[in-house]
Amino acid sequence: MQETHTEPDYLAYQGKHKGIFAWILSTDHKRIGLLYLFSFLLFFSVAATLGVLMKFELIAPGKTVMDPQTYNAMFTIHGIIMIFAIVIPGLPAVFGNFFLPILIGAKDVAFPRLNLLSWYLYTTGVIFVLVAIFAGEGAPDTGWTFYAPYSFRTAGNMLPAVLGAFILGFSTIITGINFIVTMHRMRAPGMTWTKMPLFPWSLYATGWIQLLATPVIGITLLLIVAEKLFNIGFFDPTLGGDPVLYQHLFWTYSHPAVYIMILPAMGAISEIISTLSHKTVFGYKFMIGSMLGIAIVGYFVWGHHMFTSGMSNVSMYTFSLLTFMVAIPSAIKVFNWISTMHKGSIDLRTPFYWALGFVFVFMIGGFTGLMLGSLAADIHLHNTHFVVGHFHYIVFGGTGFAFFGAMHYWYPKITGRMYDERWANIGLTIFFIGFNLLYGLMLWLGYEGMPRRYFDYDESFHLGNIYSTMGSWIMYAGLGIIIINLLVSLKNKRLAPANPWGGSTLEWTIPSPPPVENFDEIPTITKKVYHYE
Amino acid sequence: MNQTAHTAVHRDDLASKTGMWLFLYTEMLLFGTLFVVYSVYRYRNSQAFHLAAEELDVAIGTINTIILLISSATIAMSITAIQLKNKKLALGLLAVTVICGLVFLVNKYFEWGHHIHEGLYPGSEILRQRGYGDVMFYGLYYFMTGVHALHIIIGLTFIGFVVYYIIKDDIKHDDFVLHENSGLYWHLVDLIWIFLFPLFYLIT
Repeated sequence: MQETHTEPDYLAYQGKHKGIFAWILSTDHKRIGLLYLFSFLLFFSVAATLGVLMKFELIAPGKTVMDPQTYNAMFTIHGIIMIFAIVIPGLPAVFGNFFLPILIGAKDVAFPRLNLLSWYLYTTGVIFVLVAIFAGEGAPDTGWTFYAPYSFRTAGNMLPAVLGAFILGFSTIITGINFIVTMHRMRAPGMTWTKMPLFPWSLYATGWIQLLATPVIGITLLLIVAEKLFNIGFFDPTLGGDPVLYQHLFWTYSHPAVYIMILPAMGAISEIISTLSHKTVFGYKFMIGSMLGIAIVGYFVWGHHMFTSGMSNVSMYTFSLLTFMVAIPSAIKVFNWISTMHKGSIDLRTPFYWALGFVFVFMIGGFTGLMLGSLAADIHLHNTHFVVGHFHYIVFGGTGFAFFGAMHYWYPKITGRMYDERWANIGLTIFFIGFNLLYGLMLWLGYEGMPRRYFDYDESFHLGNIYSTMGSWIMYAGLGIIIINLLVSLKNKRLAPANPWGGSTLEWTIPSPPPVENFDEIPTITKKVYHYE
Repeated sequence: MNQTAHTAVHRDDLASKTGMWLFLYTEMLLFGTLFVVYSVYRYRNSQAFHLAAEELDVAIGTINTIILLISSATIAMSITAIQLKNKKLALGLLAVTVICGLVFLVNKYFEWGHHIHEGLYPGSEILRQRGYGDVMFYGLYYFMTGVHALHIIIGLTFIGFVVYYIIKDDIKHDDFVLHENSGLYWHLVDLIWIFLFPLFYLIT
């Protein structure tokens, strides 16, 4: 197939710029996707290493390797980078950019230059965050939430960190607008909304959250800047301001942000499960409905982050009830994934194992979320490691598993080469064991009462922490194997065929790697989505 | 085929306009958040807000409102003018918009300057002594009108580009989506002011 094709593929293509400029000045959605991917790889390595160091500090009570202030700075930087620079841009920035146009039969996104701008904003934002670490009075130490009034009282270098997060928000908004318009205007002829695959659908739902939630954090972060620079007082109790109002505004964005992280993950998992079961997605329309449902209801549950901050009883009951309601569409998705596998002809390849892993950790993350959503339990669990375990199961377990799953699923298409599946599976197994040891024990330790955000703990939690820290090493080793295997496979001699998994969506109809313009001729869609004989 | 051709082949005015409308939603939420903050503190300090609002100069506020409404009308008319191939009129009307925007900023400058001269600015000792309600009112006043003024400046920059492109004939009767989008943005900035004006000047 490669030979018969007239256009060069997007990797070999020579534009008017050479070398690195052919990438950082390219408006090709595929190259921008890879720019994001390599940025992620860099920042993820840094933030993951910080995480391992924190776990090492927790291997024994008292000071092990770092003092409290360093520990505070570490969980802050780990949080800011992981949340704002990795999982929020996450799947949309890499796989959305790369595959959204291909999946809907378009040559590019609606605004290619804006797309490149969003990567530049992203990079600028991260540079601001990095400046915060190394310049000024000392690294930020508030946690990634920038809670008032501490965020404008601490000597730590908050200003660049907050501005960095603000700029990253802009990048998100631009990507969201770009994707929504792309889906409205650029679907191939015949591709009606109900013939659009689920990954684009998940990006559509995500796009709206990005659009409607991100401005709230944007202005809230600017308010923090104004507090710091001008003493404006909105969140300062000594001036009549209200710190809890800050929390409301912050979570008005940051809870929907969790769905910005998880919805594209769900979309990618749907693609993987359908393709490797060689069967159409069970309840396709319910899948769409549940994603939109999650996006809408998810906008109204932010209060469950603040059950212990002081709220009226009515708000507490309401937020708790709404939180439980989000579980319904999430459960629909899990049932539909399982039903998709039922009586399918399952091909047990690496991406499928990732999808199975995703469903498992997502369920643990979801159920522990329900525990935290119930008022009585939350009072006990809120400031413990249980919360840390829970959100790592969702954010790293959910989004991370889906990200690596998608990476292994689309790798042949992106690079034009196959990877070593044996090493990929070994890496996944080690990663999976380490992951559950690390975060599973966190759930238990938190349930027993170990508080979060301290570099120290009571002697009675020692044993669990030893195993949890060992889990972090195992997981880190697994991650290393997975990433090195993917990098080494770039030189693999085994070229990938156009359709290695036997998938039915549009990306498998074009050569691997795709040509610059994706399609010689824009396809006309006649069959229904996920058609298998 | 090079990269520029790659992007230039594709022109979709409706897409650009859709994108602009989506962006306007984000702007509304940006200010929407500030309106929420305003309502919370107004509810808590209604007496102080009442008294503080009476100190603002309704006359300047009204003049600025009229100025912005005129500027919105002229930019809308300039879009019609460009469609009717009347380049000169379009540029003239845009010039009126720009002048109105600048006059608005000058008025705002004097208004702010007056209050700052009286010692009413965030963090000032005088304001702090007057109590929580005044701190919140003036904090909101400076922040919200400040962010709004920033939007005026951004809007004027956009319009500056539009003027440049019209002179270069890049914007013309059959290709004016940038012009239209700048108009949309300017109307939004105007609309936000229509809400800010009563919140700070009229509701006493």
